Amino acid sequence: MSKIEVKQALGSGVVIEAVQSLTGAEAIAPDHMGRSRESAVGYVPKNLPIHAAQLREVQVLLTQQATLLDARQWGAWMDLFAEDGVYWVPAAPEQTDWTSQASIFAEDRLLMEIRAARLLHPNAWSQAAQWATHHLLGSTLIEAVQGDSLSSYTPFQMMEVRRDKVRHFGGSYRHHLVKQQGHWKIRLQRVDLFNAQASYDYVIQAWV
Amino acid sequence: MTRLNLDHLVQPDRVHRTVYTDQAIFDLEMEHIFESAWIYCGHESQVKEPGQFQTLQIGRQPMVMVRAKDQKIHVLYNRCPHRGVQVCGSHSGNTGSSFVCPYHAWSFHLDGRVRAIPLMQGYEGTRLSTDDPNCSMARAARVDSYRGFVFASLSPSGPSLIDFLGDAKVAFDDMCDRSPEGEVEVVPICHRMVQQSNWKFFMENQLDALHPSVTHQSTGVSARRVEKRLKEQQGSAPLHFHYLSTFASSFDQWDSVQTVNFPNGHGILKAYMGLRPQDPDTLEHEALLRKAYGPEKTEEYLSRSIHHVLIYPYLSVQSPLQQLRCLRPLGPDKTLSEIWHFRLKGAPEAIYRRSMWYFNLVNSPATMINADDLENWTRGQNGLQSKGNDWVSFHRNMGGDTEREGVLYSNNGTSEVVMRNQFKAWRNYMSRAQTSATA
Repeated sequence: MSKIEVKQALGSGVVIEAVQSLTGAEAIAPDHMGRSRESAVGYVPKNLPIHAAQLREVQVLLTQQATLLDARQWGAWMDLFAEDGVYWVPAAPEQTDWTSQASIFAEDRLLMEIRAARLLHPNAWSQAAQWATHHLLGSTLIEAVQGDSLSSYTPFQMMEVRRDKVRHFGGSYRHHLVKQQGHWKIRLQRVDLFNAQASYDYVIQAWV
Repeated sequence: MTRLNLDHLVQPDRVHRTVYTDQAIFDLEMEHIFESAWIYCGHESQVKEPGQFQTLQIGRQPMVMVRAKDQKIHVLYNRCPHRGVQVCGSHSGNTGSSFVCPYHAWSFHLDGRVRAIPLMQGYEGTRLSTDDPNCSMARAARVDSYRGFVFASLSPSGPSLIDFLGDAKVAFDDMCDRSPEGEVEVVPICHRMVQQSNWKFFMENQLDALHPSVTHQSTGVSARRVEKRLKEQQGSAPLHFHYLSTFASSFDQWDSVQTVNFPNGHGILKAYMGLRPQDPDTLEHEALLRKAYGPEKTEEYLSRSIHHVLIYPYLSVQSPLQQLRCLRPLGPDKTLSEIWHFRLKGAPEAIYRRSMWYFNLVNSPATMINADDLENWTRGQNGLQSKGNDWVSFHRNMGGDTEREGVLYSNNGTSEVVMRNQFKAWRNYMSRAQTSATA
């Protein structure tokens, strides 16, 4: 008996057309925004064609920057910065000023010196656990060149192991470099973490 | 569950390790402390416009704070009455004139009342009706605010917000009175950090004056070296070096910093950083305050000796530098802290920047200070798993504190009266768990 009913039920149906209907949540509350409608966020770098040799110089500097961090050669790493050099990790991508906006890191050479000295101090207790980082750089784009200074953009990823946990950071470097006595120096290293506003399991101890 | 033996767990001079590690005790804490006391939801300026919301956790309850059309702020359970789906899926935003559930488009006014249900005729003849409160988003039992800081209690009875805060309300007075307009505004950046430890480690640590020169030695001495060099070279050093170098003060110096311990577990670590320099920016700020409040009130406001105020069991307010850290316990061994910074309305930009340095150096996720605190608390949490010793000791300076009108003043800054006082409040809250477990 029921088999016949199922057969009959499946024997008819409707075709619904979504083309002109008021649909979903908007049919109930047209101004409701489950998430705000924002224009695209994020930074799209420019790409200036420059001589391969000059690009190579920048790539070498940025590779040194990352490998010195991974090797914990803090002094040599700081020497890559100009005397007025700044290391900045903004808390949000739209930030533009390291001196007036709440940041993850905002350090001049003096504050870098304090962080380096802390990491090297025998009683930096948090350093007792095994701890290491590994950086991987993407390809560098040159965004602007003006006389002895240039701006570059480099995507990166960093893994960190602490005790037995691995964490993953990533984002982009935006460098302002200046040529001083024939060497490129970092005037600003801006690090935009893609996970800057996600919650942190523990803190970030050293520069990214 | 087995009966909670509070006399055994919490003794005047020591507590049993399981109050930090046991899941069943944690669950009772959530029910009888966090889901009963007044919990900080956020600042009014986080939800300026109607429709603006901020989600948060009270105990185990997902909640949302929202501004309604009539400007009133509501705190609702973030749960659709239909099938339980969280109606808000982000930390903050603007939901327009109503909340709409993403599952079946049940919609709600900003005060939680049900607004519309699709194909309502489907409910004819059932016991579901829109008049039933179970058809709306439930509201926190009580919502109140003090000087722009919004709190909610999930318990319909209990002390009022002002009685709960007691003398610790000075946290918000001390912050707001530094603004010539008497108000602060939130900086829209929230740092969130997870501590692999019980929430009590943070609360005890905040007023623990013995630990800084040990735990933070590496940062303190490194900052002191730079600060000293700058002073020798140019006569002075920016205040932010001092923020870090004071951590390297001696045991005796720390022992001279008094703690004030209130009923309900709240407390104050008195000032030690000397945050009232006489530079042009400070003088400009003080002149604005005198213009707004007169010389006497200004002096009263600026001479409060406060480093930070602790509102038990979850909030640390650093009023002189306009920042706070709010705990949201996630488990016996896991705690989220939300860290916020505020601007003094009408104060010079330089005053904001000065306190921002503390936010960047001490309270950011790249903190050179809390790096070692969180390490201690993780090791503490792991250590308390040990059967080697069942007890956590709070004997220091026991009997050596002064009690006046229910407030305990330490005569030694390093007195463990802080922890003893917090556990007095803890026992008080948890005695309700004992009653209900026995009943």
